[in-house]
Amino acid sequence: MSQVIVVTSGKGGVGKTTSTANIGTGLARLGYKVVLIDTDIGLRNLDVVMGLENRIVYNLVDVIEGSCRIRQALIKDKRYSTLYLMPSAQTRDKSAVSPLQMKKLVDELREDFDFVLLDCPAGIEQGFQNAIAAADRAIVVTTPEVSAIRDADRIIGLLSANEVHRIDLIINRIRMDMVRRGDMMSVEDVVGLLAVDLIGIVPDDENIVVSTNQGEPLVGSDAPAGEAYRNISCRIAGEDVPFMDLERPLGLLSRVRSMFRKNREAVG
Amino acid sequence: MKLMDFFRKKSSRDIARDRLKLLLVSDRASCSTQIMESIKNDMIQVISKYMVIDTEGLDIQITMAESENGTLPVLFANIPIRDIKTTEK
Repeated sequence: MSQVIVVTSGKGGVGKTTSTANIGTGLARLGYKVVLIDTDIGLRNLDVVMGLENRIVYNLVDVIEGSCRIRQALIKDKRYSTLYLMPSAQTRDKSAVSPLQMKKLVDELREDFDFVLLDCPAGIEQGFQNAIAAADRAIVVTTPEVSAIRDADRIIGLLSANEVHRIDLIINRIRMDMVRRGDMMSVEDVVGLLAVDLIGIVPDDENIVVSTNQGEPLVGSDAPAGEAYRNISCRIAGEDVPFMDLERPLGLLSRVRSMFRKNREAVG
Repeated sequence: MKLMDFFRKKSSRDIARDRLKLLLVSDRASCSTQIMESIKNDMIQVISKYMVIDTEGLDIQITMAESENGTLPVLFANIPIRDIKTTEK
């Protein structure tokens, strides 16, 4: 039974595309047949994050308009043979595709793939409507910041209103040192506010920038974010994986500091 | 005294969480006009069992109100009564 998952956030720049690329690659590493669709028409990005920008011939709009067959627009990944990308059109705008057309395309892709991942554009306009129309479930990406959480809450409301009821949350770019200091909302704070199921916690990791520079998703590497995305991929596939211990890299100095902090909390 | 202030100071994490708590309630309320409409209709049904009300003049909304525990979201309803039904079932 194939699954169609939309990766969305409302706010831009919180890590939708990075998450889509890493989860897609993570699922392919587990042996699943996966297709990633970039639904951000006019501002395509998933191709560069995947490092496939030089192989594009046809795109999503070409398929929708019937200028080519689905197969012709699918680009095979460099490293994983069961992973494909359908790039977005760069020179068109969001009105080139309707929710109904997107649904029809996705239904055809369902036949051949285990997972169809839709990378949603920021905002709640047509591009968002297109992306969620075809989805069975959603992954909402947020960061522990007020603006991102507010937008995520709005998106969760819109998803429910559009009959997407299975919604999982990824908290991206969390910094445990800041949480400990009391300068960043914790995982519990965010989950408590948004009241949806948590599927992953991705620590703030500069390796993500390096991997995006290189056009190779980080998933599966030893880097903290790579490990986090591997766990998320396993959970999406139905495995029960415990959340990773983000406190682990705590050195002696920060240990002593956190002891003081605990005392302070007891006083305050 | 200053030292105690330092201990009691709200962290920016707490500030963010408290701001969002309020913000999300008011966002959710203003976004879900459908739900507000359902609440309104249900209220009309229930209250109409006991009194005659002016359904046209009825107004409900979620607003913020000051209370002992700080600002809280409240459901505000303004329901003009035309008459009280005297016959009890």
